[in-house]
Amino acid sequence: MNNPTETKAPAMNVEHVAHLVRMELTPDETESFGRQLGRVLEYIGQLQQLDVAEVEPTAHAVPVRNVLREDRTAPGLPREEALANAPLARQGLFIVPRIIE
Amino acid sequence: MSPSAFEAVIGLEVHVQLRTETKLFCACPNRFGAEPNTLVCPVCLGLPGALPVANREAIRLTVMAGLLLGCEIHRISRFDRKSYFYPDMPKNFQISQYDRPLCLGGGLEIEAGGTHKRVRLTRIHLEEDVGKSLHFETTSGVDFNRAGAPLMEIVTEPDLSSPDEAMAFLLALKQILVYGGISDCNLEQGNLRCDINCSVRPAGSSALGVKTEIKNMNTFKGVHRALTYEIDRQIRVLRGGGTIRQETRRWDDDAGATDSMRSKEYAHDYRYFPEPDLLPVELTEAQIETWRADLPELPAARRARFVREYHLPDYDAGVLTADKGVADYFEAVARSCGNPKAASNWVMTDVLRVLGEQGMEIGHIRVTPEALAKLIGLVERRVINMPTAREVFAALFEHGGDPETLVRERGLGQVSDASAIDALAAQAIEAHPGPASDYRNGKAAALQFLIGQVMKLSRGKADPRLAAEALKRRLGIN
Amino acid sequence: MSRRSDGQNAIASGAAEFPMSDPAAISLYELGESLAHGDCSSTDIVQALLDAIARKDGRIHAFLHVNAEEALSEARTADRRRAAGEPPRSPLDGLPVALKDNISARGQPCGCASRILDGYRATYDATVVARLRAAGAILLGRTNMDEFAMGSSTENSAFGPTRNPWDTDRVPGGSSGGSAAAVAAHMVPAALGSDTGGSIRQPASFCGVVGLKPTYGRVSRYGLVAFASSLDQIGPLACDTRDAARVLATIAGPDPMDGTCVDVPVPDYEAALRDVERLDGLRIGLPREYFAAGLDAEVERAVRDAADCLAALGAELVEVNLPHTPYAVATYYLIATAEASTNLARFDGVRYGHRVEGADPIEMYLRTRAAGFGPEVKRRMILGAFALSTGYYDAYYLRAQKVRTLIRHDFEAAFARCDVLLGPVAPTPAFRLGEKLADPLAMYLEDILTIPVNLAGICALAVPCGRTAAGLPIGAQIIGPAFEEGRILRIGAALEQARGPFRGAPTL
Repeated sequence: MNNPTETKAPAMNVEHVAHLVRMELTPDETESFGRQLGRVLEYIGQLQQLDVAEVEPTAHAVPVRNVLREDRTAPGLPREEALANAPLARQGLFIVPRIIE
Repeated sequence: MSPSAFEAVIGLEVHVQLRTETKLFCACPNRFGAEPNTLVCPVCLGLPGALPVANREAIRLTVMAGLLLGCEIHRISRFDRKSYFYPDMPKNFQISQYDRPLCLGGGLEIEAGGTHKRVRLTRIHLEEDVGKSLHFETTSGVDFNRAGAPLMEIVTEPDLSSPDEAMAFLLALKQILVYGGISDCNLEQGNLRCDINCSVRPAGSSALGVKTEIKNMNTFKGVHRALTYEIDRQIRVLRGGGTIRQETRRWDDDAGATDSMRSKEYAHDYRYFPEPDLLPVELTEAQIETWRADLPELPAARRARFVREYHLPDYDAGVLTADKGVADYFEAVARSCGNPKAASNWVMTDVLRVLGEQGMEIGHIRVTPEALAKLIGLVERRVINMPTAREVFAALFEHGGDPETLVRERGLGQVSDASAIDALAAQAIEAHPGPASDYRNGKAAALQFLIGQVMKLSRGKADPRLAAEALKRRLGIN
Repeated sequence: MSRRSDGQNAIASGAAEFPMSDPAAISLYELGESLAHGDCSSTDIVQALLDAIARKDGRIHAFLHVNAEEALSEARTADRRRAAGEPPRSPLDGLPVALKDNISARGQPCGCASRILDGYRATYDATVVARLRAAGAILLGRTNMDEFAMGSSTENSAFGPTRNPWDTDRVPGGSSGGSAAAVAAHMVPAALGSDTGGSIRQPASFCGVVGLKPTYGRVSRYGLVAFASSLDQIGPLACDTRDAARVLATIAGPDPMDGTCVDVPVPDYEAALRDVERLDGLRIGLPREYFAAGLDAEVERAVRDAADCLAALGAELVEVNLPHTPYAVATYYLIATAEASTNLARFDGVRYGHRVEGADPIEMYLRTRAAGFGPEVKRRMILGAFALSTGYYDAYYLRAQKVRTLIRHDFEAAFARCDVLLGPVAPTPAFRLGEKLADPLAMYLEDILTIPVNLAGICALAVPCGRTAAGLPIGAQIIGPAFEEGRILRIGAALEQARGPFRGAPTL
């Protein structure tokens, strides 16, 4: 994808990507998101015009390193509070539909 | 057309829980065995708005492991997000390291079937552990106590070629990690788990076969059995004209077989990218050198030193240094009592025997090194004899405590009072006139019987040397 | 009708309403003075604001949740402390502020205006909340926003839009639209918002209040529900620069719970606001790209007038270039959505919030997330996951990170030639509800002048600088280098002082 004239957006498989982030889409959503994101990707395609071969990526906005924590314990949440927001909890556990491996 | 002989190509991904006080990205205790969801906080529960901050000690331990295993340490490393959904994953992404792990390369010497081999490592990286699921009839329950525990992943090159070699590698790795204080490597607590990559190919071929992955093995024996089965399965498939499917398989320990994990999951797309919440880790040459200077003595070096310093036979030194805890224990006893030979005898026989019988780790023994050293001193000073010493050791093993106090309180000290022993000798001669006259008539062996009688009368406490002297005196031979 | 006379009328009307009828018509500073002089109590202020909310918020919908009981009880506690002769804990002691609904406060809902967090109550305080509480501030309520801060109009709230107090047919901007509208409508003197691509500055501009996006790393993000972690910052929305400085001084500074929060000392921001009659020696850069085609004529005139006003105080105006500005929106929508696609993965119905049951966990996720997220959140998560997915990472996400570097370099070069930059906040004044809802791309382009600041991680202030003929507020954006919040606040204060503070109750 390094060809600077290549600006045509690839077709996105909206359903597949939605599944990656675990969202069921209605047929209407699949259609409208596909259309809208197609236009967004077309717009984003302008980035392909820039020559960035020699440019370092920026992952963090601050040029700082080694922000580390000492290995000392501190109080966490009492169990009642940890579970207080759970849609379903029993015997101190968060309950989910049975996991099929 | 199938070749007559196959060889296996095996690589391991070993996950090791680090020995830290706290989790990797939060201040919750890194501890096994607590009630579910009692070691959690907003960070390791993935509550909205919580942020990770990396644990300095976890980074140090991973670098120490890298140094012990001869890895190259990346001067700048960073954390990445690895995305997949699973109920035991609080954020539905795992903070791991992708293309800038802490350690690269390295290797480990192993010995299997009498031959030595170097197994190359690909990399070592640091990541967070996930929670634990318990399965019920229609539901599963999740405990996040383990979520966020620091996990070091050691990836080997596919340099192993048999279940024995895989086993030897894991044992050697465990020994080094325990020695380095990097992990307790407690298998029961899941401190060490591994994924296996395995393929087979015609012997002598350099091309690789299609590999399968066996996930989440947590015993060394299981690894051995699973590999034995899987290699055999793959060879049978190929011999039968079939092909191996690249897939993830699960080891069923009860069935003694691996089976395919059929998941309705799409192929994983982990979408790694740099973790924006954690800044890169930069290690200076000076920092790495400081840590290098702190490296512990490894088993082979320690064994050589035990021979040199304590004048132990090489075999004994090998037994004592196989386990770091045992070696530490032995050294503490030897230094405290000043008699390495006696310390070695006690540790190699009595200590290791009872630990073996009880299936106990040395770390849990109630007999402190100081207590055992005192016990050795009591025997040396002839306060008690060996049988009594064993009795005292058994009591210390059960309840702990101080041997000197125990000997005093239970009146176990040897009877070294010459007149008391003389009285017992007289009693023994009177009760057994036959052996007495035999001895007078030159049957030296009869003396042993009479000494035994004196010991019996003293309930084992008489000093046998004094008993012999008293008997000889009374029987007129002096 | 000049802007200046509007501003002065506004002051007059605000002052006339004080104290009991509408205390929020004046600033935190003035309310603090009133408390100090015993002219009114914290309880009076809180009660008056609760009354104002009851009276006005039906039309504005700035609040999602009002902590009436807790706020009154905290006010009474503050009054008792004051009566007992305790010195004030801070300049904010006993004064109310509002929180955007994505900032965690123990015991309060923190729903991010999303269905997926139905019923969730936070079990811990964000660092900014802990600092506000320690300063004695009273948490009045939680303000509306675009769901998970994704939007520029507050129309993406799952609980209905917020309306602009100046014209209720128009949007307040977003995503911190509730915070901006609440301050503008005098329902609270100051509020916290969050700014990922302009979410504090653009609503501040649309609602005629001051909004500050601090430097990335100036304010702890611990407890801010993450949208795009490398871009998000919490900042104040307030009546004027002095209030903004006070709130910033309270919440800024390093935090062991946020590794990206930088250990740089917090200066005395209020001191920077004194003696602003002259700006001699100050170089103000006007980025050509910020006055490009597409900029509303009234907005351009108001911002250029503000520049002239500052020049009249002695500042030197220089033209500068930020050549990669046209690429900022595309860059932002890849980076922000990629980060968001993972940040929002945790909303799965296991540990908190809404759940729709399923036969297995995957089905539960698919249903829960389908029901819990609104369309804009879904669109962005799909875009973000796509940008990171196998085969597209290099062409999309990685390339965007590289262009981000170019945008950062643009600012570095510009700041070699000037001390601050001045431009519009948004290309247009507040638009009508529904106007851009059907066209996500048009909505995204609304942020073209604010996004570059987030990508570069620097600080910027939105300060009112005029109104359109129709009476809608217009904001100027003053952009400073990293950790130069004092400098941009000072220039904002100079503008306020030269032109008269811009406030005044919108007609409600």
